[in-house]
Amino acid sequence: MINVMTSLLEVRGLTVELPTAAGWVRPVNEVSLSIAAGESLGLVGESGSGKTMLSLALMGLLPPGARVSGEASLAVEAVPKELTALTEREWREIRGGEIAMVFQEPMTSLNPVMRIGAQIEEAIRAHRPQLDTAEAKRRTIDSLRRAAVPEPEIRAHQFPHQLSGGLRQRAMIGMALSAEPRLLIADEPTTALDVTVQKQILELLDRLRRELKLGLLFITHDLGVVAQVAERVAVMYAGRVIEEGPAREVLERPRHPYTQGLLKASPTLKRGALTPIPGTVPQLTALPTGCAFEPRCEFRRSDCVTEVPALRTAGENHNARCVLV
Amino acid sequence: MEPLLTVREVRKTYRRDGGVFSQNSKGGRFTAVNGVSFSVARGETFAIVGESGCGKTTLARMLLRLIEPDSGEIRLEGRDLLALRGDKLRAQRRQMQLVFQDPFASLNPRMRVGEIVAEPLVIHEAALSAAQRLDRAVAILRRVGLNDEALRRYPHEFSGGQRQRIGIARALILQPKLIVADEPVSGLDVSVGAQVLLLLQELQREFSLTYVFISHSLPVVAQVATRIAVMRAGEFVETGAAEQVLHQPGHPYTRELLSAVPELPTT
Repeated sequence: MINVMTSLLEVRGLTVELPTAAGWVRPVNEVSLSIAAGESLGLVGESGSGKTMLSLALMGLLPPGARVSGEASLAVEAVPKELTALTEREWREIRGGEIAMVFQEPMTSLNPVMRIGAQIEEAIRAHRPQLDTAEAKRRTIDSLRRAAVPEPEIRAHQFPHQLSGGLRQRAMIGMALSAEPRLLIADEPTTALDVTVQKQILELLDRLRRELKLGLLFITHDLGVVAQVAERVAVMYAGRVIEEGPAREVLERPRHPYTQGLLKASPTLKRGALTPIPGTVPQLTALPTGCAFEPRCEFRRSDCVTEVPALRTAGENHNARCVLV
Repeated sequence: MEPLLTVREVRKTYRRDGGVFSQNSKGGRFTAVNGVSFSVARGETFAIVGESGCGKTTLARMLLRLIEPDSGEIRLEGRDLLALRGDKLRAQRRQMQLVFQDPFASLNPRMRVGEIVAEPLVIHEAALSAAQRLDRAVAILRRVGLNDEALRRYPHEFSGGQRQRIGIARALILQPKLIVADEPVSGLDVSVGAQVLLLLQELQREFSLTYVFISHSLPVVAQVATRIAVMRAGEFVETGAAEQVLHQPGHPYTRELLSAVPELPTT
């Protein structure tokens, strides 16, 4: 019998190292997380936290020269696939076929001189070369319809610049799902959109996740957005997950001082409650030996600088990487 | 007391002439700002909030006469800005400065920060010696939270938040009365954006500044605004005290914007 709680994606101690002029840096440092089919995980972090590099590792799109260690297994079939050991040929089947990604700015990922429909058709054919033209076209229109693009037959014949930002993102989501992947990685998919359009796209992603039993990894810097889309949340800082747990619990009772600080620094419609986090994110080339947040932390103690704290249990399925927990 | 800034029925229409790649060569006219009026009292923060394409940036630039309005009236301390020319316009311009969204795009990459910040003095206070200009640059950089080392460095050596501080220092060195801030924290991380918002509020009190604050984000505007104008399709659909607009919105569009804000669970 298949266990329904078996995770779709299981990441264990994933580390990505990149060569720089100042030596090797670790934008992703011993990251562990899991996503079940139909589950949404919000990955939160500011610039330089490693959230985008993590998603590129999961798509096999790391820059040349990157070193990867740890495990990332994708269980779409009876035998899980180990993503860190795939060849480029194997990646081509996984990418789009099993794991797909949508980016912040659809205009930069769409081909500006190719009609929307032709681009989606190309993506479908890449994974199903045996399909005849009529069937590929039918699936193209279906993909647009699934992403709630109005008048899909007309939109398929248009170029990206003829669509509004919101429609372009819908078309991207339709394209990403055209080969029926099991895991969707959405990297800041609504950051460039107006707030009313953002709301629609978040609702669309939520509906598609439920209907298609998609695993959703939603990357964002916006805690308000996380509260809307994610069931669980992982907060990254300087390459590590520093807190993870059920979204509501983490947002209502954050245990790591960085998560607490991020919440207090996030503007809400209530006035005057804003408290910034002092200082800036550390450079990956000059990380502190202990907790990376220690230099900015108002609760720091002498033992914070000696070693990187382990993830400690902070509640049910809730962990935080802090000595105070 | 007379308001610092008074804007009456400003209007800006662009010709849409189709362009080389356009499929309909007919063209037409597009009204970016359609008869907007408001006034801003000394020391207040007047926020203009709206979605992309609503005309808020065109309006902001017209306030500084970086874009010429087609019609209407803009008065700063009672003086008709649109009627000024030459030296008189220049003298008035130093009273109003712009803080940009993307500080990197607005700072000359080949100039050292010291020169960037002191440059407005070369133009507007030509009588100052180089040493006096340097003193002023050091003082204002310190005030925005950058140390003297910054003077000799180039913009690319700074983080986004530091660059925004440099942009603010440059805007403040002439001791203007009005600052027009166009999305000053949208390009910044949350923790750094909060630092910049608080800095802007401190500087406002310290230097008796008046802000026109342009943003697409109601939560950001909620932190700083004394009054809020909600703009859509070139017009203000609602203007009022910040508390009123945020908590008892009168216009359906304001309610729509407010309800689309992804809110955090209340702790």
